[in-house]
Amino acid sequence: MASSVLSIATQCVSPNASSLSINETHKGKAKLGGSTLRFSKSSGRISMTVAVNVSRFEGIPMAPPDPILGVSEAFRADTNDVKLNLGVGAYRTEELQPYVLNVVKKAENLMLERGDNKEYLPIEGLAAFNKATAELLLGADNPAIKEQRIATVQGLSGTGSLRLGAALIERYFPGSKVLISAPTWGNHKNIFNDARVPWSEYRYYDPRTVGLDFEGMIEDIKAAPEGTFVLLHGCAHNPTGIDPTPEQWEKIADVIQQKNHIPFFDVAYQGFASGSLDEDAASVRLFVARGMEVLVAQSYSKNLGLYAERIGAMNVISSSSESATRVKSQLKRLARPMYSNPPVHGARIVANVVGTPVLFDEWKAEMEMMAGRIKNVRQKLYDSISSKDKSGKDWSFILKQIGMFSYTGLNKNQSDNMTNKWHVYMTKDGRISLAGLSLAKCEYLADAIIDSYHNVS
Amino acid sequence: MAVRNSLSGQLFRRSSVVAGARFMSSWFRSIEPAPKDPILGVTEAFLADQSPNKVNVGVGAYRDDNGKPVVLECVREAEKRIAGSQFMEYLPIGGSIKMVEESLKLAYGENSEFIKDKRIGAVQALSGTGACRLFAAFQHRFHPNSQIYIPVPTWANHHNIWRDAGVPMKTFRYYHPETRGLDFSGLMEDIKNAPDGSFFLLHACAHNPTGVDPSEEQWREISSLIKVKGHFPFFDMAYQGFASGDPERDAKAIRIFLEDGHLIGLAQSYAKNMGLYGQRVGCLSVLCEDEKQAVAVKSQLQLLARPMYSNPPVHGALIVSTVLGDPELKNLWLKEVKVMADRIIGMRATLRENLEKLGSPLPWQHITNQIGMFCYSGLTPEQVDRMTSEFHIYMTRNGRISMAGLNTGNVGYVANAIHEVTKSA
Repeated sequence: MASSVLSIATQCVSPNASSLSINETHKGKAKLGGSTLRFSKSSGRISMTVAVNVSRFEGIPMAPPDPILGVSEAFRADTNDVKLNLGVGAYRTEELQPYVLNVVKKAENLMLERGDNKEYLPIEGLAAFNKATAELLLGADNPAIKEQRIATVQGLSGTGSLRLGAALIERYFPGSKVLISAPTWGNHKNIFNDARVPWSEYRYYDPRTVGLDFEGMIEDIKAAPEGTFVLLHGCAHNPTGIDPTPEQWEKIADVIQQKNHIPFFDVAYQGFASGSLDEDAASVRLFVARGMEVLVAQSYSKNLGLYAERIGAMNVISSSSESATRVKSQLKRLARPMYSNPPVHGARIVANVVGTPVLFDEWKAEMEMMAGRIKNVRQKLYDSISSKDKSGKDWSFILKQIGMFSYTGLNKNQSDNMTNKWHVYMTKDGRISLAGLSLAKCEYLADAIIDSYHNVS
Repeated sequence: MAVRNSLSGQLFRRSSVVAGARFMSSWFRSIEPAPKDPILGVTEAFLADQSPNKVNVGVGAYRDDNGKPVVLECVREAEKRIAGSQFMEYLPIGGSIKMVEESLKLAYGENSEFIKDKRIGAVQALSGTGACRLFAAFQHRFHPNSQIYIPVPTWANHHNIWRDAGVPMKTFRYYHPETRGLDFSGLMEDIKNAPDGSFFLLHACAHNPTGVDPSEEQWREISSLIKVKGHFPFFDMAYQGFASGDPERDAKAIRIFLEDGHLIGLAQSYAKNMGLYGQRVGCLSVLCEDEKQAVAVKSQLQLLARPMYSNPPVHGALIVSTVLGDPELKNLWLKEVKVMADRIIGMRATLRENLEKLGSPLPWQHITNQIGMFCYSGLTPEQVDRMTSEFHIYMTRNGRISMAGLNTGNVGYVANAIHEVTKSA
C-alpha cells in the first residue's frame, strides 16, 4: 500500500462514537483504541475513518424466558432422577418418549421415494393440503365447502394461523377487540399484542368448581360491544381442559349471534381430545351450520405429531364465495411480508395422510390410541389421588376435563412447590400436561399434588 | 369508519332465511381484492398460459438446462440420512442450534473471532423473508423512530416487509439506467446525506433485481463512509455461493465490513443456494459488542418470533445442518452450487451473444457484467407486456429476467423476442 498524505475525514461523527485518541501512521493500518483504522483512497484523497465499536443495541434488556417453552429448558437442566416434565403439550408414550406416528413415517417414505421437488409453494400454501384441511374441519359434504365460501390459507401451525387472523383483524376491523377466555393459552395475548389488536377477557374458569363459569362467560360475551371477535377453543381448552357441553355451545352461539359478534375458533386438538375427528369439530360445525361467518385457526402439531414441521391453516368461512375470494387474497397479502410462502414438508405429509384412504384410517386409529392413553392416565391419576387424599376434596374434575391438559387448581406457590420439592415441571398457572404423564408415574404425581395442595398456600 | 357504518346498516337489513340457517350480511364486504403479487403473480399467469412456447423468466427459482427444478444431490442424500431418525418435537424458538452455527461459519468465516467470542445473536428464520421481517420488527421495537434506507430498485417484498413491521422507508440511489450499472457517486452521496446513525439495507451479492454489485474497491469505500456516518449496515444475503460459484467470494462485502469493525445485521437464505425454496430455511444474525449483549439480543428476537410462529420448521434446518456439518456432503454442495452458478454465467454469455448476432442496436454488455440469478434487461413495462402477449415470455414488469429460467433450448427464442420488442426503441 503506497503511503500518502493523511487527512481527517468529514466532520460527521456518529453520536455513539466514544472519543478516541488517534495514533497516526502513514502506512497500512493503525490501532485506535481497540479498533482498526482503514486507510482508503477515494477520488484522490485519503480519508481516515474511525472504527465505531459501540453497538446500536446496547440498551437491550434480556427477555424473560417463555413461560411455557422455558419450562422444558428448566427440566432439561434438572439432574434429579425422579424429575417429570408436565410442561409443554407434546404427546409422550407410556415410556415417556416422543412419538412419531406410523402414518407419518409411511407418508414421508412415500414422499422420499417419489422424490418430490422443493419448489416454493404459492403464498396460500399447498392446494391439496388446503382442501384436505377444510374438509377435515367441516366435513367434505358441508355446504360451506360446496358453495366455496371458505378462504383457506396454509399457516405456520396454530400460532402462525392465529397471527394471520389477528393481522386481518387489525387491518380490516380497526378498533375491533378480541375477547379471550380467562385463562387462555399464554401465547394468545402475545399474538394479539404484537399484531396490535386490543383484547379483553371473558370469564371462563371457575376455581371454586374447577369447572366452567358458564354464566360469567355468557354475561361477558353479552356485555362486549357489537362486532367483537370472540376467541373460542374448539375442543380441549388450553390450559384448563374444560369444554362447554353441547347445550352450552348452543347458548354461546345464540348470544354471539344476538350481539353480532364474530366467532374465532382455535382448533389445536381436533381428533386428539375425544379420539374422534368429527366429535371434536362439533362446536365449529354448529356455528357454521347456523350460517355464521367464522374464523378458524387449525394446527396439526398434536393430532399428527407434526410439532416441528409447523403446519396448520387459517380458515375464514364467509357468507359468499365472492367474499371468500377477496378475503383469501388479503390473507396472502399479509403472509407475503411475513414469510413469503409456507414450508412444504408438513403440508405434504398431511395431504398424503388424509388423501390416502388406508393411511387416513390408520391415522384415525393412532389418534384414538393417543387420546385413549390420556384418558387412561386421567383415570389412574384420579384413582391414585382419591385413594391417597383423605380430606374429602372432590378431584373428579380430573375426569371431567378433556384433552392434553389439566388445570389442577394449584396456585403459583403450590406449582412452585411441585417443581422445587418434587421435580415436577409444569406451568405456574397450575396446568399439567397429561401427555407427559405415564401410568407408572401417577402415584408419584398424586403424592406431589396432595402435598402441594394441602401443605403450601 | 367505513366498516363501522356498514355494520349499523347491516343490523337493519333483512337477512335471508335459508332452511333453518340464518345468513347474515357479510363482515367482509369492505375487504377489497388484493392486487396480484408482482413477482409470484407472474408464475400464476405463466401456469395458466397454454402456449407450447411459453417461457418463465419471472420468479427466481433455479432450473436446469431442461427447464426442470433441481433438487441437489447433497440434499437428497441428507434427506435419506435424516428420514425416520428424528422426532418432530418442537425446535427451540430460536431454531436449530447446529444449523445456526453452520450458517454463521458460512457467512462470517470458518474461524471467525466473532463466533469464537460468541458475539453474534442469531436465530433460525423463515428463509430470507422471515429473517428480514424479524429484523424489521426488532428494529421497530428498539429503534421506534428509525427508518430503513433501501436501494432503488430493490426486491419488491422489502417494501412490504418493513412497511408491515411499521418502519418507514427512505431510498438511496443504486441503479444507473443509462449504464445499466451502479450509480456509485449517487449511492455515496445518499449515504453521506442520510442523518448519522441511519439503518441501511444492503444486498451482500447478486443484487436483486438488477444483478449489479459494487466492486471490491467500491465496497471498501462504502464501508468507510458508512463507518464515518455511524450507520447500521443490514445485509440481505440470499445468494451466497450462487453468484460467483464460490461462497467465500460472495461473502466478500460482509468480510470487508467486519474487518472495518462494523456491527452488522445479516439475513441469510438457503432457498436458492441449496435449492430449499419451499422449506423456508434461513438465519438472522446480529453482531454485538460482547457475548452478554448477543444473548440479550437473541432473547429479544425470540420474543418477537414466538407470537409469529412459535418456533421454526425443522425439516429444512436438518437438511442444512446435515449438509454443512458433513465434510463430504459439504464438498458435494460446493461442487453443485458452482455448477448452478456456472450454468447461469454461461447463459448470460449466450444471451448476449445472440442479441449481438441479431444485430441489436442496443448495448448488451450489462448482461454479462451483472451477476447472479437476475438480469435487469432495461426493457420498459410496455416492452415487457409485448414479451408476454406476443411471445408468451413471463417476467416482472420492471424488466427483470431470471437467468435461471433460460436454457439452451429457449435462449434463442428469448433473444429473438427481446430483439423484436427493442429494435425500434
